[in-house]
Amino acid sequence: MRRFRAAFEDFGELIFFAGEVLAWTFRPPFRLGMVVGQMAAIGVGSVMIVGVTGTFTGMVLALQTYYAMRQLGAEGLVGGSVAIALARELAPVLTALMIVGRSGSAITTELGTMRVTEQIDAMETMAVNPVQYLVVPRVLASFVMFPLLTMLFNVLGYAGGYAMGVGVSGIPPGPFIEHTRTFVEHKDIYSGLVKAFFFGGVVSTITCYRGYRASGGARGVGESTTSAVVMCSIAILVVDYLITLVTVGS
Amino acid sequence: MIEVVDLWKSFGDNHVLKGINCTVEKGTTFVVLGGSGSGKTVLMKHVIGLLHPDRGQVKVNGVDMSAVTGPELTQARQMFGMVFQGAALFDSMTVFENVAFPLVEKRRHMNADEVRARVVEKLRVVDLGEEVLPRWPAELSGGMRKRVALARALVTDPQVVLYDEPTTGLDPITTDSVDGMIDAAKERLGVTSMVISHDIASAFKVADRLAVLYDGHIAAQGTPEEVRGSDDPFVRKFLSYWFKKQ
Repeated sequence: MRRFRAAFEDFGELIFFAGEVLAWTFRPPFRLGMVVGQMAAIGVGSVMIVGVTGTFTGMVLALQTYYAMRQLGAEGLVGGSVAIALARELAPVLTALMIVGRSGSAITTELGTMRVTEQIDAMETMAVNPVQYLVVPRVLASFVMFPLLTMLFNVLGYAGGYAMGVGVSGIPPGPFIEHTRTFVEHKDIYSGLVKAFFFGGVVSTITCYRGYRASGGARGVGESTTSAVVMCSIAILVVDYLITLVTVGS
Repeated sequence: MIEVVDLWKSFGDNHVLKGINCTVEKGTTFVVLGGSGSGKTVLMKHVIGLLHPDRGQVKVNGVDMSAVTGPELTQARQMFGMVFQGAALFDSMTVFENVAFPLVEKRRHMNADEVRARVVEKLRVVDLGEEVLPRWPAELSGGMRKRVALARALVTDPQVVLYDEPTTGLDPITTDSVDGMIDAAKERLGVTSMVISHDIASAFKVADRLAVLYDGHIAAQGTPEEVRGSDDPFVRKFLSYWFKKQ
């Protein structure tokens, strides 16, 4: 009961923290340079891992789908199947999970270290609001970079699927591409990007919150980072389900 | 001028401050002495508005720090500079960026040359030259980090400087140098200083007035001589550890 209550209070504090971030986002000064810096740190720094993950996911997906479709004599459908699976689900979810592992944990560690070494307190005593200075640029950068990296995942995943399906399995390129055009609609891609947008907000808010509230020295920072990664991974799956429910339902 | 009136603060069942009263006159150095867990840092955090009291008031130059919030609190904090126990330098910034930070963020009308000139001037106050500007905090010794932290605290010409355990963990020579630095800030810049410490030697060296905190209340306060002559049993015991050595 006590643990449940503590978890409930923690969730409440997270919601208040998100509200504080929202309020400070619209107050001057606006630090565009810092947002761009965070876009580079969160986004550009994750290009390699997202690209590699996307390419291999597309390849594996094409290979698995090819063996299944071959039983039915419908190998040409592989391109469409791969593209739709990537656009709707795999690209936004796997991209978000990859960014959590690479950049999300780094955000919690950095802010957590600043908290336990009193750097955040120091900033506050200098009349600079730490939420506005440290958290807002990271959250805004995540809102922008998650969809962009998801699009990269889509493109490289499809390219990987094409290389495996057409290059290795010998599916003719015409049906591979034609069925992709037939199956995949703009709304499939948009729904994936909308998910990525929300994942960006959820992941950056949770990782910043965990770092911002860290305590207890190096061990506390480590625990906060672990907790942030676990919380983000679960949140991504829950938010994914909720958005799918809304978009498919509508 | 800092006025603390009947200040009470508890965290759950832990009653940390139980009716603190003290006054720090403008341009003087006031040291709060006390053992670990006596509430010194909690008292200082009330002065700068990082904590709000359960009861009582903290007024700094007429501003009630226990009542202001939001933009007014942000405005009020511009009166302060604070030196943290571990220096709290931003480790992702160079020395120059650290010292310039309050100017870049709060004095946006200053151009780059003016900022640099001000940073160099304040580093001189703490006996550091321009050669440290491009260095990272991790490359500095403990004493140098404290000096840079003081330069950063002084760079906006604050009216009040707060020092949280400025000499803890330092060797005797560096401790002496930090004491000199606190005196220099007072003499050269006329700032009002509040020092939290358990270093008795340092406290008696830099203090114009001091208070000894024990169990949430002030056991003795006055000039160094007055406190040394206090009849309070805790104060006598606390000070005897140092003065017996002398």
